[in-house]
Amino acid sequence: MVADTRLSTKIWAAANWALIGFFLLNLLAMIATVITSSFATRWLGTWFPAGWTTRWYYSAWSEFQLSDVLTVTFQIVFLVVLLSGLIGVPAAYALARRDFPGKKIVMLLFLLPLLVPPITYGIPLATVLYKLGLAGQMSGVVLANLVPTVPFVILVMIPFIEQIDTKIEAAARVFGANTFKLFIHVLLPLLMPGILAALLLVLVRTIAMFELTFLTAGPTSQTLVVALYYAVFAAGVRAVQSIDAMAVIYMVTTLVWLVIALRFVNPTQIVGGGGRR
Amino acid sequence: MSAALDDIPLKQRLAARGVDGLTLLVVPAVIFLLLLFIYPFLYGLVLSFNPKHGGAFANYSRFFSDSFLYGTIATTLWLALPVTLLTLVFAVPIAFRVRLLQRQRLLTTLLVIPITLGTVLVAQGLLAYLGPQGWFNRSLMWIGLISTPIKLLHNYWGVMLSLVITGFPFTFLLTLSYLSGIDPALEKAAATLGAGPWERFKHILFPLLLPGLAITFCLSFVQAFSVFPSAVLLGAPAGPTRVISIAAYQAAFEEYDYSLASAIAMIMGMVQLSIVVLVLSLRGLLYRGPAGGGKG
Repeated sequence: MVADTRLSTKIWAAANWALIGFFLLNLLAMIATVITSSFATRWLGTWFPAGWTTRWYYSAWSEFQLSDVLTVTFQIVFLVVLLSGLIGVPAAYALARRDFPGKKIVMLLFLLPLLVPPITYGIPLATVLYKLGLAGQMSGVVLANLVPTVPFVILVMIPFIEQIDTKIEAAARVFGANTFKLFIHVLLPLLMPGILAALLLVLVRTIAMFELTFLTAGPTSQTLVVALYYAVFAAGVRAVQSIDAMAVIYMVTTLVWLVIALRFVNPTQIVGGGGRR
Repeated sequence: MSAALDDIPLKQRLAARGVDGLTLLVVPAVIFLLLLFIYPFLYGLVLSFNPKHGGAFANYSRFFSDSFLYGTIATTLWLALPVTLLTLVFAVPIAFRVRLLQRQRLLTTLLVIPITLGTVLVAQGLLAYLGPQGWFNRSLMWIGLISTPIKLLHNYWGVMLSLVITGFPFTFLLTLSYLSGIDPALEKAAATLGAGPWERFKHILFPLLLPGLAITFCLSFVQAFSVFPSAVLLGAPAGPTRVISIAAYQAAFEEYDYSLASAIAMIMGMVQLSIVVLVLSLRGLLYRGPAGGGKG
């Protein structure tokens, strides 16, 4: 980079670091508050709690039926990841490789769910799903969550596919591979990092997706984030520490997946692979 | 092919326009979105014109004559616009700083952590951290900056802060990715010609970044505009932070008036889309040439 040693530059750099530091300090302190509280026996009006305990984790586990909630969460998330990959990746391939009449409209169709807030289409979608008898069940929650994730997979995958040289595919064709074989033996291995990245991000997004799950879930199809919301919303019924313990479990669950995702992708690709455009 | 056919076969003609077996791979996704996005949207639109009581426009006239309802638009905008601008104002200098680092991964990961927290944990965390007995107020009083705790919860500021925390990583990552798309050679060339850092930013980097910032603005705005759980948990959902999504939710799941709820959702979509369209059309006035190297 261009070296610069002027005083104004140094002051500006210091101000930048101060801003980053201030943000991170408060963020980490906020997280530390939740973690501290989840291990606290009694914590009122002091810097640190009176004593430490792990019992809130046990009580959160039984009180919120966390094993059920976690099972449901992972079933829903797994289905969403699988289906959005199966629908999204082929569509992204077609869009990256072919120019056809109406392609602009198709692209707009895939962009729109990402450009309007989930709650806007979530309410009519939930109404339709209730009419069909699908809302309140796992299938309804999965369908609703697929609405933003399918376009997300498509938009993340298009630049990945465009990077692959078409000559490789042509060579496979020359040696007699049909589309299916080409896909299994050539494209899939080449695209694997991209697909993994996209699907891991879908996974993180789906675990965190509040609105759509909230609008379509019934008592037996709540994911962790919705169960957490109800727990906080009905505060007073349950001990704060127990809710905090659940929040920590939630954070650890998503953090693990995000760290895995970051091993495969550059962080800047997380938000939609829009970087290249 | 048989010589009897004068015309080129349909398959070949379609292929020439880009439609063949491979193109059809896009069909499942299109059908899926037509069924689960476009159809419900149109259904909601029709439903909104079939109110429980009154004529076709009863829901809309009710919305725009009841200040408890139409006021939510201003409340939402008053939260979403400042939050979006604030995260952008933070994100640009921080992205410029992070870009210069050799090892950006750790810092980027730290800055991205709020994505994993989810609005509910952030709400729960802020309730404890910013509360009158929380570490934040306690520290400020200990330093002597304030004598009584600042009230940051169950009002505008609580929701605002939670939106900044959850929105910042997204804005930052988008900004960083647009910034890394700009060819460093352009900046070096300017430096060779004697431009200082501020001049390079003002005349080279910022104009090239601006189209990307417009997109970032739109996407961050969409997120902030749909604020729901934090407005309930950290704000004052009956008053100063009664955002439009709360109104829509209450109409649907507390009054069971899906028609009114759909109308509110449509109004919400229109307000939000009109701002996105406005920003994108302003973006059309900007420079749109290549900012990267030959790769484009």
